[in-house]
Amino acid sequence: MYLARVVGTIVATRKDDRLEGCKLLLVQPIDERGKESGRCVVAVDTVQAGHREVVLVVAGSSARMTERTKDSPVDAAIVGIVDTVAVDGASPWSPE
Amino acid sequence: MNLARVVGRIVATQKDSGLTGSKLLLLQPLDSNLAPRGSTLLAADAVGAGAGETVIYVRGREASHAFLPAGVPVDAGIVGIVDEVYLDPDSGRGARLP
Repeated sequence: MYLARVVGTIVATRKDDRLEGCKLLLVQPIDERGKESGRCVVAVDTVQAGHREVVLVVAGSSARMTERTKDSPVDAAIVGIVDTVAVDGASPWSPE
Repeated sequence: MNLARVVGRIVATQKDSGLTGSKLLLLQPLDSNLAPRGSTLLAADAVGAGAGETVIYVRGREASHAFLPAGVPVDAGIVGIVDEVYLDPDSGRGARLP
């Protein structure tokens, strides 16, 4: 699982039936200090995340284990909205 | 499965119902000399690990098996706390304490 920031929404009218009604967000992975790392991914939102929020993303077949994504063709799901990140030896930070 | 050190903690109030009650820890993967290697990741804790401890974690869907029968949507899970690591003495490395 990794941290990411929501940077956009995706609209796709034509898609797999099991993706109907899924909210698709574009997320930018970040490291534990909030710095961007790696490429953006499209993830199914299961927790009503909003723009610029820092979220918890689960990847691979585990992404199909939420109620929302069961048996769906997805490989990334947003499963949490992050309140604080505490790294040992540094003060905890909260996404703005 | 891999070795890692617990280096932090994430709090997320709003999360998927399958994750309710899960402790989410930030892990720094380690190499065979227990030195940091690679970038950090987040894992759900199945064994009660704490800050600074060296742990065994599993990646992929198998990570959710640590939480059976609950269906927990995680792709990394902590499944053991390391007491000691023994390496082949011929390699010149010997025992390592976390």
